[in-house]
Amino acid sequence: MSATTVRELDPAPPPLAPESRPPAPARRRRIPRLLLACGALVALLLLLPLAFLVLEAVQDGWSTLHPLLFRSLTATLLWNTVSLTVVVTALCAVTGTIAAWFVERTDLPGRRIWAVLVVIPVGIPDFVTSFGWKSAFPSLGGFAGAALVMTLAVYPLVYLPVAACLRSADPAQEEVARSLGLGRLKTFWRVTLAQVRVAVLGGCVLVALVMLAEYGAFEILGYRTFTTEVYTEFLSGFNAPAACALSLVLVVLSLVVLTGEGLSRGRGRQSKAGGLAARVPRPHRLGRSRVPVLAGFFALVGLALGVPAGAIVYWILHGGSSTLPSASIFSAAWHTVFYSAAAGLLATLAALPVAILSVRHSARPTRWLERSTYLVLAMPGLVIALALTYFSERYAAGFLYQSSAMLIAAYAIMFFPLALVAVRASVAQAPPGLEEVGRSLGRSRMEVLWRLTMPLVAPGLAAAFCLVFLEAVTELTATLVLIPTGAQTLATQFWAFQSNISYGQAAPYAGLMILIAAVPSYVLGRWFDRLPSRAVAS
Amino acid sequence: MAQERVPCSTGATSRRCLLVVLLVSLGYLLSACGGSSNSITLYNGQHEQTTDALVARFEKLTGITVNVRSDDEDVLAAQINQEGSNSPADVIYTENSPALEYLQNRGLLAPVAASTLASTPSRYNSPQGDWVGVSGRVSVLIYNTRLLKPSQLPTSVMQLADPIWKGRLALAPSETDFQPVVTSVARTYGDAAALRWLEALKANAGAHSYPDNETITNEVNLGQAAIGIINQYYWYRERAQVGASSMHSAIAYFAPRDPGYVIDVSGAAVLKSSAHRARAQKLLAFLVSAQGQQIIAHSDSFEYPIASGVKTAQPETPFKDLQPNPIGIAALGDGAKALSLLQKAQLL
Repeated sequence: MSATTVRELDPAPPPLAPESRPPAPARRRRIPRLLLACGALVALLLLLPLAFLVLEAVQDGWSTLHPLLFRSLTATLLWNTVSLTVVVTALCAVTGTIAAWFVERTDLPGRRIWAVLVVIPVGIPDFVTSFGWKSAFPSLGGFAGAALVMTLAVYPLVYLPVAACLRSADPAQEEVARSLGLGRLKTFWRVTLAQVRVAVLGGCVLVALVMLAEYGAFEILGYRTFTTEVYTEFLSGFNAPAACALSLVLVVLSLVVLTGEGLSRGRGRQSKAGGLAARVPRPHRLGRSRVPVLAGFFALVGLALGVPAGAIVYWILHGGSSTLPSASIFSAAWHTVFYSAAAGLLATLAALPVAILSVRHSARPTRWLERSTYLVLAMPGLVIALALTYFSERYAAGFLYQSSAMLIAAYAIMFFPLALVAVRASVAQAPPGLEEVGRSLGRSRMEVLWRLTMPLVAPGLAAAFCLVFLEAVTELTATLVLIPTGAQTLATQFWAFQSNISYGQAAPYAGLMILIAAVPSYVLGRWFDRLPSRAVAS
Repeated sequence: MAQERVPCSTGATSRRCLLVVLLVSLGYLLSACGGSSNSITLYNGQHEQTTDALVARFEKLTGITVNVRSDDEDVLAAQINQEGSNSPADVIYTENSPALEYLQNRGLLAPVAASTLASTPSRYNSPQGDWVGVSGRVSVLIYNTRLLKPSQLPTSVMQLADPIWKGRLALAPSETDFQPVVTSVARTYGDAAALRWLEALKANAGAHSYPDNETITNEVNLGQAAIGIINQYYWYRERAQVGASSMHSAIAYFAPRDPGYVIDVSGAAVLKSSAHRARAQKLLAFLVSAQGQQIIAHSDSFEYPIASGVKTAQPETPFKDLQPNPIGIAALGDGAKALSLLQKAQLL
């Protein structure tokens, strides 16, 4: 296994938080100027939407925004958004962690199949999941409905890093605890959870940020959050300044999430296992609890995968006619795959300099640079699209506006943080010693990057590509604003049919989106399977 | 365990892979930039059912290609506002007049040709002449026929504030079609009364607050809610989709001249920034021509054609027999009043 080899070459596995790295003079290299320029350019592009938000929000003046921000609805929305985010994040943390433990650490029958099935729901668009639930149970809605549907849609974001962490964490710690007389539950609580804590946190941050920006699912389920309100301001008020002011609240919320994660990651002890756990852990025997555990897995996969898939099949078979004009599913599929793949490529390439900067040249400014790029994840897609419109119109006379290139750039900006998480993880894993050897042998920096670093980080790049691809396949609101006129993606066409209650016509588009998304979901599952723990979560 | 490789991971292969992908992408990106020389771009906020049939006929008649871009009318208006003088749009076609009034007030529309304006009754056009009315829609009650008898129906939109509708009323506060009703109520009874009315509706609707009229129609038809306010054509469209046997709802008109009985107008305009104004004006002229109006009358649009002499196939009450509230286009304005009331009622 090459991953093991890599770790053996690096006697001191990269610590989790770069700032805790012991001061090593050899590593304090001057930051290559080209690298810094690339990183700064990327960060600057990613901050464009934030600049747009501020510019728009101040345009109307405080007196106009004040009554809109400080009214009882804002409190309601804040409560709706925060309570749902907290509950869903907690439910995902529990579901994802427990599922990962059973798959990775027990003799659960059919582990390999479950390992793939529990991941696929992350590739199903959230609005398709809620469409499935809503069409099967029309009365579903409100807080409980939103919590249920969103948990089932996003729990794999916790499952993936935790499973990867469990796979490579040292099972000896658990065994020692058990041999010292600690019960099974207590061992899980005090030893296993301590090992996966950082992975759980990392997953939770993604869940929380995704929840803040979610729109489509809540629109279908009739649940109001800050993000749905942002859309309402645009959709029925032409009120861009108000929408932007509300989006700034979202940015503040995401800052709270990121800061909270940073604080809780910094405290407490960290798992020591990473590089040492080369042996395969002996699985716990489930014994009599095998039946209820299996039932639990059937229930989870049935709810998360079965309900949306079942609804789609039902509507394909029983859908009525539509008054909407028919559309070409092939052309929509082609556009979806092309835009998403190009965005995956672009975001991955852009993430590389930022990841290298933050891992190899960790310092306060580079950490800030890295952190700032996470903010876009919590901004509504429509805002990002209008930001690009704004800058393209003001400063570039509409150059490239509504071209494929601009849509791809928008996707890459929106989902950049996902690419960064994956690329950063694999850069952290590649031993810098090798690069130094390469340089000392007279190779140029670019050559070292291309011949040594790239192959080492390739799996991480593939994962970054897959993550961005998955999200881009399902993107809707920015797509509607920026897509070349006349083109459709699977998501836009699904939405056109779905919002016209033409479920029979919408269903094939949802089905194809799931099929397209299943491939990278699978690749992703395999990648997280192979990756050592700590890199994933950091 | 053998290490599995993703196809693009070894040095030389990946370089070649990357190069091919980049070249293909570049080719595609550039090819997407070219446009046909005899074409215009339509920002379409109308239902695609309506637009698609109209555009197809127009293209056949004139040989002008129409690139259609569909989205919510308010998003399109906000987008045009951002795009400013570089807007790729030549024509905007909306479901309701407020979006057009908003663009007109910002000076973004070009005057409509006088001959086009003359095709329709002037009360349905922009008072300033910057947009032309194309079709009419009327707000009505939709009710579930299993849950309610016609004798139980309110005759005024104001009665929906009665607590007897608690938990039974479906409401789509963010639906642009609802705003003209709010404006009309405020004009008839004053802002304070309109606000109290909205607050009561909000309380009655409770969890039955929906994103749009399609959802209201579907939920009332399924019996999730008993009653709601929609524009008449949503019901006809639902019937065309699910079939008459699956319809468990009906529509009912408010009493003549009730503030809930509002005709609002779907219209179109040419953008001031358009580089193809002559072609764009042709499209507007076509929309209100006899041919265009016939398409609206007989397609799955189910809206009322408003040029004289064209009768609609579906809605049972002919356009001329409607007895709406006398509120006009100018009074409906850009909907700012309705929006501020909806916001005060915490519905938006």
